[in-house]
Amino acid sequence: MLHTLGILLGCQLLGEITVRGFGFAMPGPVLGLALVVLLLGVMPALAEKLRPTITVILANLSFLFVPAGVGVIGNFEVLLDDGLALLVILTLSTVLSMLATVGTFLGVRHLTGNRAT
Amino acid sequence: MTDVGNLWSYLATTPLIWLTTTILAYLVADGVARRLGNPPWANPVLLSVLLIAPVLWLTRTDYTTYFEGAQFIHFMLGPATVALALPLWDNRDTIRTSVAPIVLALLAGSIVAAGSAILLARAFGLPIVVLLSLAPKSTTAPVALGISEAIGGLPTLTAVLVIMTGIIGAVTVTPLMNLLRISDWRARGFAVGVAAHGIGTARAFQVNPVAGAYAGIAMALNALLTSLIVPVLVRWLI
Repeated sequence: MLHTLGILLGCQLLGEITVRGFGFAMPGPVLGLALVVLLLGVMPALAEKLRPTITVILANLSFLFVPAGVGVIGNFEVLLDDGLALLVILTLSTVLSMLATVGTFLGVRHLTGNRAT
Repeated sequence: MTDVGNLWSYLATTPLIWLTTTILAYLVADGVARRLGNPPWANPVLLSVLLIAPVLWLTRTDYTTYFEGAQFIHFMLGPATVALALPLWDNRDTIRTSVAPIVLALLAGSIVAAGSAILLARAFGLPIVVLLSLAPKSTTAPVALGISEAIGGLPTLTAVLVIMTGIIGAVTVTPLMNLLRISDWRARGFAVGVAAHGIGTARAFQVNPVAGAYAGIAMALNALLTSLIVPVLVRWLI
């Protein structure tokens, strides 16, 4: 577990340092993700060392959003004025985005002759 | 016996109480969702918030005080994003064969997510600052806050809108995809990852591991793309 946390935090830290140092628009953890993929490319055996802890983290991913979610209540006054309009906009926009994504994904797959297996 | 008031004022100054409350609320929320068979509407983030909010209200605790305890959980979002490298690695062979659908679907989904939010907010006549706070709502929280700040939105409002978007995506994805009879887990996962970031990704992992992996890829790529396209879209559409 500590090995895995060390690797994850280390790569995030390297990511943050690089992003800030060079003024990239990319978020630090995303660069950290890319670093771990590169690391796995060099040492494929590492995957099985990381797996137990990462499985636990990803199985509880929802949990990590709870503190930010409680902020919804903290900012409730802001939402009172335009709450209903925002709810409608967010729902429509989210559904439209999913439709555009799924339509393009399946459409391109079909055109390139690369069907789902 | 110690005075309850004294005990409370001691507890209120340590992170312990709100950290514990958050974990217990989530265990209850997740337990209820599992017992019901993880239906789309029983979102564990939403249920946890509904459990914690009344406790904060009854104890007159403000969000800043709550967050002093809960920040340890919030911090783990960073390493959890890095951890998405493993499902990405596991699916590298199928990803390599779908580079074109991934890149084009990402572009389409990301532009529609930000563009439709801006245009709808204009149609509803919302104030410009709300519109700017809304534009990056489909990307993961830390990235969205940075974009919001850079284009002149309110980061605190953006945080709220990002979480609401995540919950809406997680709740609607399963009924929507079933209605359209889309059975490709890659496409389903990728769509919810683009539109509803980490909360959508968590939902995808709940339903199917391949959907989860593709949602994770979509979320990571969209974090990159949103920071590039939102400033451009804002200039065009406002």
